[in-house]
Amino acid sequence: MSSLDEKDNAVPADSNAQASLPNDTSKDKMDEKENETSGFIIFFFIIGLVASLIAGWVIFPKLLYSKKDQPINFNHLLHMAEVDDGCQSCHFLRTDGSFSGIPGLKQCIGCHDEIQGESKDEAIFVEEYVQKGREVPWLIYSRQQDCVFFSHAAHIKGDGMDCVTCHGHIGESEQTRVYEENRITGLSRDIWGKSISGFNANSWERMKMNDCAKCHKEAIGKASSVQTGKEGCFVCHK
Amino acid sequence: MSKELSHNKVRRYGMVIDLDKCTGCGACMVACMAENNVPFKEDESNKRDSITWMKVYKLTNGKPFPNTEICYLPRPCQHCEGHDGHSPCVSVCPATATDYNSETGIVSQIYTRCFGCRYCMAACPYHARYFNWWDPVWPDGMEKYLSPNVSPRMRGVVEKCSFCFHRYQLAKDKAYYEGRSEVREDEYQTACTQACPAGAITFGDLNNPLHAVHQMVKPDLKHAGRPKSPNAFRLLERLGTNPKVYYLSDREWVRRAGDNYMADTKNHLEPKEH
Repeated sequence: MSSLDEKDNAVPADSNAQASLPNDTSKDKMDEKENETSGFIIFFFIIGLVASLIAGWVIFPKLLYSKKDQPINFNHLLHMAEVDDGCQSCHFLRTDGSFSGIPGLKQCIGCHDEIQGESKDEAIFVEEYVQKGREVPWLIYSRQQDCVFFSHAAHIKGDGMDCVTCHGHIGESEQTRVYEENRITGLSRDIWGKSISGFNANSWERMKMNDCAKCHKEAIGKASSVQTGKEGCFVCHK
Repeated sequence: MSKELSHNKVRRYGMVIDLDKCTGCGACMVACMAENNVPFKEDESNKRDSITWMKVYKLTNGKPFPNTEICYLPRPCQHCEGHDGHSPCVSVCPATATDYNSETGIVSQIYTRCFGCRYCMAACPYHARYFNWWDPVWPDGMEKYLSPNVSPRMRGVVEKCSFCFHRYQLAKDKAYYEGRSEVREDEYQTACTQACPAGAITFGDLNNPLHAVHQMVKPDLKHAGRPKSPNAFRLLERLGTNPKVYYLSDREWVRRAGDNYMADTKNHLEPKEH
């Protein structure tokens, strides 16, 4: 309070002085109250933080992905032992350079014309699909958006890459994984990756654009794009 | 397979359209729309809204009967190179959605990258770019006939001719499979080229002296690809857009029309400084 106020405005100054008396005595109480309230604030802040972290990192990813089972439980390991040419026995490049992807019934019928083993899954396959002539509606883990152009020929033949780099050790699996579908985009969780934080130990855990771009930048390092000085967008987009 | 070979070769894919052969039938337009999943509306009478990657224009010499002459001019995207790839649309795009590829000479349009500001449409002197005012609606069952090689566009993005780039990708796939580093001339042809019943459209690599397009126009690479053939011209040559679509005509008024009847137009005018 300034000295001018004290001289010219005695009454308000007095009342101020009087008013300040109870303030002095209640200061300790106020401090206690402030401590209590700030304690509450920190407490609720931590609760809120933990709750939102749980919501964002645990609950939301669970809500985001619906879980689906493949129509047939497929044993890759068993088939790998039977075929001669590894992955390419069933997943091959056609003579025009396009990729066959998931094999159709036509290829399976070569062996599975009739039930061969005692597996329940094979019995379902033969009875429900082979004998009725229906294609198996497989859920494709690695399906990309329709704006993506991916050439298997360029990667396998042109660059000599192996399947494991992008698809992992799927050839050693004994049963099919649960297919997790993003409810918003309709894509498999394999595209975004299992890790919510975005850190991956292996190259096959995620198939996002950045993962393609990383390799394209390091391994090819072309500068065909006038705008970016990197590789052109039209290489992978269509 | 030698990776270096396939990656370092510079190609400049371009088109030569013989206007004296073109009958204006519009087969190129139909083929283009079918090939590239170009959306259409039930009522296409308002041409300012329609999307036509390939569009046939009708030119006339403006003279009264019996001297009236008609010329039909198909206009795809001109895939301008400009100077060092700075074509009009590429230089203005704020989203890096359109790009000039120095390996193929093709101006790309990435629909998922475009946010629809339409700056490129304003910059394009050829009106080759189109805006999707609506989401595409296909008649019942027609979505099954869409090409899986071209992604359909959504409302709010710009689209244009890509010289059927997906066909180049597929041709490259085959070349990879067969262990070749080169795509042959007949392996990569655009849909309009193949559809033209008059054979007016020729497509190929302008840099390759063995390709028909190079032989037809003899592009002068020292002068921004200007044609050396006397009957060849490019649209609005003096703008310096350096397009890769060339036109051929024996008729002088057609060649003059290609430069918008500028008062002092001669066919092989020196380009102005830019």
